[in-house]
Amino acid sequence: MEAVTSIKRKRNGCIMIKAGNHADRVMSMTIAALFALTITAFFVFDYTGLEWKTAILGTLSNLKTMFLAPQLNSVGLPEAIHQVAITLGLATLATVIGAVIAFFLGLLAADNLSNNWVSKTIRTFVAFIRAVPTVLWVLIFAIAAGLGSEAAVIGMLFHSIAYLVKAFSESFEEIDEGVIEALRSTGSSWWHVVIHAVIPSTSTYLLSWTFLRFEINFSVAVAMGAAAGAGGIGYELFMASGFYFDLNEVGFITYAILAIAILLELLSTKLKKQYL
Amino acid sequence: MTEVIMRKKKWKLSLILLLIVLASIASSVITDFNAAHGIASIPGALQWILSNMYLSEQAMERFPMIMNRLLETIFMSIAATTSAAVVSIFLGIMGSKVTRINPFLSSLARLIASFTRNIPVVAWALILLISFGQNSMTGYLALFAGTVGFLTRAFIETIDEANESAVEALRATGAMYPHIINKAVLPQSMPQIISWVLFMVETNIRSATLVGILTGTGIGFVFDMYYKTMDYNTVALVTYSIIITVICIELISNYVRKVIL
Repeated sequence: MEAVTSIKRKRNGCIMIKAGNHADRVMSMTIAALFALTITAFFVFDYTGLEWKTAILGTLSNLKTMFLAPQLNSVGLPEAIHQVAITLGLATLATVIGAVIAFFLGLLAADNLSNNWVSKTIRTFVAFIRAVPTVLWVLIFAIAAGLGSEAAVIGMLFHSIAYLVKAFSESFEEIDEGVIEALRSTGSSWWHVVIHAVIPSTSTYLLSWTFLRFEINFSVAVAMGAAAGAGGIGYELFMASGFYFDLNEVGFITYAILAIAILLELLSTKLKKQYL
Repeated sequence: MTEVIMRKKKWKLSLILLLIVLASIASSVITDFNAAHGIASIPGALQWILSNMYLSEQAMERFPMIMNRLLETIFMSIAATTSAAVVSIFLGIMGSKVTRINPFLSSLARLIASFTRNIPVVAWALILLISFGQNSMTGYLALFAGTVGFLTRAFIETIDEANESAVEALRATGAMYPHIINKAVLPQSMPQIISWVLFMVETNIRSATLVGILTGTGIGFVFDMYYKTMDYNTVALVTYSIIITVICIELISNYVRKVIL
């Protein structure tokens, strides 16, 4: 009996090596769409007042001044350190309070510790919170609650909670189902399960995720200082570049932010490698 | 034996928690944060939001203009992400352990990534604003710089995870470097790479709002303008349109991710 062969051929007679599938099609369509939109974007951009040559040369010379001659002029070094401390403080508060709230919401959002309905509600709520940029939360709270560090921290809290609830609930879902079942069969209450099974087996994950969020919150706090007047080193950066046009100072502040950000990144990479 | 380890772990955990509590207390002193005041202000703030953040007819008249600016922001984020992705794929291939040409270029790629990523997007925006002025290019370039850093790091990790045996097999057949990249590395990493790009488009739309407030471009500019003139109905409309845009983009990219991964 003759074997039935079905060789697909291209129009020019070549044998098709790969059969196209749905995933490949979606992938190439995504790439094509992204490139098409990018090219359109360059045509619809608003170029008012832009002179390419002066802009590029100006930026290069500004970058040179910034990075090669960093210097503090209008604020002294102690004040600069104080401002960095304020930014770190805002990031710490938003992260710690966010982690505490996210812990409880994460428990309620985890499939194995909560019921379907509650976990779905929390997930939808978190998706909604994430859709609003942090700066809008901070600005809206600044008028609603009065300016001050409270508005900045509460505004930054929203995204911290949204991020950590997702990370925490995924860690909770990875707990060995047997441990929870064993505790439940002894008649333990929900709180017992949380204290004796959930916390001991996930504590390192929770701490690592929280630190990862702290790294993000530091740059968010810098941004909030610049865009929402939340104080700290971001505000100094905004003043130095937008009001005094003091590029030497912009350079110094950028170096300070860069140094802390790289330090935090090294720490969190190490934590991630060790525990996550 | 295990008891000793357990006790040690417990001690370590308590110490870390104590440090966190101390850091929080120090932070609230430095930033002048009053937890009681903060909590007390939440109900009032929510009430304020409910009674001020509603849509009015006057705000709806501005809808076409807002859509225009929103489109500018969306285009800005997509263009910045896509062009940054092209650069990052090269940097990622240079930087990854599997595909690097030489250790020096690899370190250079990682250095560029770390440098561009850790300078906050705010700093890029403010520096570019001085010479480029208030136009879309400023926002585009600021987003581009931050995105290159983030995507290069992500791509290096993705390519590192790529199956090394496929690379080795091709090398054994005498394939040239471009062939190895094209036939072994990219096909394997492409789904992950696209997933990261889509994630970055979402993130950049939110960052574009922030950059827009600073550089006076796109939807951020509109938000800032009506925020400062205390026209909160229009502010509400702007906020809702951002929410709807971000959620739509998230739904599209979730669908793509589900199919390709």
